[in-house]
Amino acid sequence: MHILEGQGVTKLFGGLAAVSNVDFHVDQGEIVGQIGPNGAGKTTLFNLISAALPFSSGEIRFKGQKLNGLKPNQICQKGVARTFQQTKIFADMPVFQNVLVGASFGTPNRLSQADAAREASQKLEFVGLSAMSATLVKDLTLVNQKRVEVARALATKPELLLLDELMAGLNPTEVSEAMELVRKIRDEGITIFMVEHVMKAIMGICGRVMVLHHGEKIAEGTPQEISCNKQVIEIYLGEEAHAGS
Amino acid sequence: MDITRFIPTNRKLLLVGLLILIIFLTTFPLYSKEYYIRLMAIIFMYIVLAVSWAMFSGPTGYMSLAPAAFFGVGVYTAALLYQLKGPLLPLPAIIVVGSLASFTLAFLTGLVTLRLKGIYFAIFSFGLVVFLKELINYLEIHVSKVGGRHISYVSNTTVFYILLGICVATLLTAYFIRRSRLGLAMQSIGGNEEAAAHMGVNTTRVKILTFAISAVFMGAAGATTAPRLVYIDPGLAFNVTYSFIPILMAVFGGMGTLYGPVIGAAVFAYTEIRLRQQYPYYYMLTWGIILIIIIFFLPAGLAGLIPKLRDRLGGPISKLRKGGEAEEHAHT
Repeated sequence: MHILEGQGVTKLFGGLAAVSNVDFHVDQGEIVGQIGPNGAGKTTLFNLISAALPFSSGEIRFKGQKLNGLKPNQICQKGVARTFQQTKIFADMPVFQNVLVGASFGTPNRLSQADAAREASQKLEFVGLSAMSATLVKDLTLVNQKRVEVARALATKPELLLLDELMAGLNPTEVSEAMELVRKIRDEGITIFMVEHVMKAIMGICGRVMVLHHGEKIAEGTPQEISCNKQVIEIYLGEEAHAGS
Repeated sequence: MDITRFIPTNRKLLLVGLLILIIFLTTFPLYSKEYYIRLMAIIFMYIVLAVSWAMFSGPTGYMSLAPAAFFGVGVYTAALLYQLKGPLLPLPAIIVVGSLASFTLAFLTGLVTLRLKGIYFAIFSFGLVVFLKELINYLEIHVSKVGGRHISYVSNTTVFYILLGICVATLLTAYFIRRSRLGLAMQSIGGNEEAAAHMGVNTTRVKILTFAISAVFMGAAGATTAPRLVYIDPGLAFNVTYSFIPILMAVFGGMGTLYGPVIGAAVFAYTEIRLRQQYPYYYMLTWGIILIIIIFFLPAGLAGLIPKLRDRLGGPISKLRKGGEAEEHAHT
């Protein structure tokens, strides 16, 4: 079953098509990766799904329901949560309160204050931050701030999680831990759609990958298929790949 | 003998302190001179303005320069209803109408302006004060043909008690909002509005609602203070200093806590009034120096002094307590 489906999704910034007539889908229980060079439109596509930006044309359906015209808070309550490429945390609030915001406002059915608090502490435990629940988020390291964002998104009880470059800026050990975390989230029954530049992560955990370039979808398939695709190699490695072949 | 048993805990101390304060304030007009009753009423008015401003602008980070607009609407509503010949409505009803008028104005302007961010919101909210002043001035000159309005007398004691009541209501509201979901939502908006929206917070609704709630108290303070002014014209009612002074007071007291703006307003209003009376020529100078010293040495405001003092004084006390406990353990 397609949990998320987009048809002819287009976003124009003035004359520039940041996302141009993209069809895509994500199936229930999948981990789908989105790759492409900088400026390819990956984050813009996420911004369209989560309603951070309005569409120019096309439509996106979540579980068969149209998302067009909804506000970000409504999309979150429908079950689509996200993290941000540039972490957008509540810097002056403690870790626990950050996650509590997600549990208090983002869930499909409103939780009581006690339930929201329980949900928040469970999610903090899930990402391994229980010990830091009273620390101000601005005092955390980047990797922990990213974990807070994941816990905050999970606290909204999503069915689909959009991860925007979760691994960017992490060291190799942290990348392995983050990959483990993503698998653990999928095992909870949450579908994952992720933008990633770290190829190790894409190859290791994604079942399917789509490639964007200049706002257009140029390839789609398993990580192995994508890594052999001539056009993708050209975009990523440039002309020298030909010289070598 | 263990002397530490007689040193009360913080919580008990706070409750006893509050009780004494309540008894002191409710009986204040019975034994005080008219001058001090008026002085206290002015302090209450500023506490209401500073706390209700900090209620919205503190957590959300939206710097509103509109307190004078909402205060002025309260003042002017009272001026219209509380004529020289006698009031059209009883005083409590006038205050309710004044606060509802402010609520409505805040709600409507909130719908339009809370989409503006940062400095643009501050500029618009300031513009609202100027616009209302000019609009009502125009209406008074060309439509009603009245230059200003006189208001019949209300005793200082009545004004004192009503403002005390509004003050308590403002503080209770601020306290409960801080602890509620609404408070958490406001904080998340101040932290990162985009992230808040993506976590399910209906940011527009939260902002408009809390902006309008804070305006209720400003309007009520205006409507209650109006009779004390005796003569009212648009320039007096919509005086921009009613926007700046409460903000200064809140910052001066410290915005991170509930009691910060209260302390700020009380100390600020008292010293300002006393300095003005005793040193009419130097008071602005003295006052400016005091402000600079406070901001320079206490960036967290006057409220920032309290944890410092507690550390100073609390250290020896808690040492005594711990010493006592250790001794008890030694005995068992």
